[in-house]
Amino acid sequence: MAASQVRRRRIRRRRTGRILVHAMAYGAALIGAGPFAWSLLTAVKLNRDLYNPTHNPLWFHDPPTLDHVRYLLRHTAFPTFAWNTTWTGALVVAATLLFAVPTGYALARLNRPWTASLGTAIFLVYLIPPSVLFLPLSEVVSRLGLQDSAWSLVLLYPAVTIPVSVWLLMGYFKAVPGQLEEQALVDGCSRLGAFRRVMLPMAIPGMVAVVVLAFILSASEYLYALAFVSPTAQKVVSTGVPTELIRGDLFYWQSLQAAVVLVALPIAVVFNHLLARFVVGFTAGTMGIGK
Amino acid sequence: MVTRAPYRRRTAEQDTFLARLFVLPTAGYVIVLVAVPVALAVAYALSDVTVAAPRYDWVGIANFAAVLKDQVFWRALTNTLVFTTLTTLVAVVGGSVVARLLFAKVFGRRVVRVCVLLPWTTPVTLSSVSWLWLLDPVYSPLDWVGRQTGLLGTGASVNWLGRPTLAAACIVAVQAWRLTPLTAVIIMTGLAAIPASVREAARMDGAGPLRRTLSITVPLTLPVTAVAALFCAVFSATDMAVVRILTNGGPTHATEVVASWAFAKGIDGGNLSEGTAAALFLTPVLLAAALAILRAARRVELR
Repeated sequence: MAASQVRRRRIRRRRTGRILVHAMAYGAALIGAGPFAWSLLTAVKLNRDLYNPTHNPLWFHDPPTLDHVRYLLRHTAFPTFAWNTTWTGALVVAATLLFAVPTGYALARLNRPWTASLGTAIFLVYLIPPSVLFLPLSEVVSRLGLQDSAWSLVLLYPAVTIPVSVWLLMGYFKAVPGQLEEQALVDGCSRLGAFRRVMLPMAIPGMVAVVVLAFILSASEYLYALAFVSPTAQKVVSTGVPTELIRGDLFYWQSLQAAVVLVALPIAVVFNHLLARFVVGFTAGTMGIGK
Repeated sequence: MVTRAPYRRRTAEQDTFLARLFVLPTAGYVIVLVAVPVALAVAYALSDVTVAAPRYDWVGIANFAAVLKDQVFWRALTNTLVFTTLTTLVAVVGGSVVARLLFAKVFGRRVVRVCVLLPWTTPVTLSSVSWLWLLDPVYSPLDWVGRQTGLLGTGASVNWLGRPTLAAACIVAVQAWRLTPLTAVIIMTGLAAIPASVREAARMDGAGPLRRTLSITVPLTLPVTAVAALFCAVFSATDMAVVRILTNGGPTHATEVVASWAFAKGIDGGNLSEGTAAALFLTPVLLAAALAILRAARRVELR
């Protein structure tokens, strides 16, 4: 009797716990996605529905419309911004991989006396705020004749993405069991051969994480993009959307919000797909700093 | 003494060469585009360079003196420190909770994850545009809900970004909102690294979920949490996008931060030297905080 009562109480407590966890998880999801849901709802509303304060903003009083999305894609520079973000992002990612993968490997696996302190130094680079760098860099950019060109961003962003990627990749390379590389060396591989045939394939998840991280960082960057690139045709999403889709005080709210959703969703879906790998890499990297 | 395998001698020389080959390009890139600009920034701050008059003249600490005399700079510095502290606190506490929720078995877990990550994966200017519309003084759905529930009078609305304290609170909220997923992901890595046997042992000893969290997973993830806090502090202290888009520093500089003020001075106003001097104020603070946090994290880790 008493035993079954205890058990029932335990089951009830566990059920309350699960309901609580679900409520909190959905609450967190709502807080995270709420503003974007509002953006999406706005993007497909008719003007007379949206701009009527007596209408319930969370419901449709007139049928939804794709006009504003169509306007955004056909009559604004948004496709140009999206394309600029994509190609600069792709080049930044490529440059980041090219520089960061060998360095991450060298700092994690080739134990030279100077590698440890260099690892910490690279981490500290990441802490220098762009607000300190942008004024001198504007000089550098104009000397190179790159002002008002998206190429200036391709040049500058790797300085941000390489350090953080080196740091991340160090974690992945450290996590590869040492015997694998040793075995390749015993079998007659050179160090470079072992790096290419054994370590690179093992670090592919890390490189995937770097691709995502570098792309997100370059797509989100605002300060350099605002300071160095002003012609519409060269702007990227992060500066183009908030400056060019607003005419004076007139906000094209629906098209603006459509742009937000069109950018936010694909990135989030891809990133979520890679989250598990990212988590593994970050752990090892974190534990490696300052040692 | 152990005889060294023959391949070791062969690779030792290769290693040194390879290590240099692999590190030098990165070091070069970072030196040219980070170290040199930092040096230049210091030089600018000690000069009278402006966009209109780019001739370099040494003026010593005159710019720093001018910056320190500026009331708006003090406002911006105070705001930066307050916003950063509050943002980091909220994001670390929120991130710790969210990290655990993301591990929990929840129906529709993948969708929940995408939703929770959205604020961080979206370019910050775009999510700020989303918030700008959400906090619209006339059409905000928050106001509508307030009117329906009777919290607001009929026809009344909240001027979210137009009143000094409320605008500041909104900036902190948006900043914490976008950084919480980042801290959550970093803390998740720490949670993932806790061996299952440790949790199991605690469960065997009869520790409930709350007890297991407070006396096992929280202490074990402290180093990672410190790193998460550091990232948060750096990101929120150096960000100007949220402020620029939501309030542009207003109303009357009430939400101005150092980054936005330095940009307004240096780029909008063309006064390179004073802008740089203002931006430089933040660096020693950040570096000191970073080193302190890293050292603390390492001490916890070693214990």
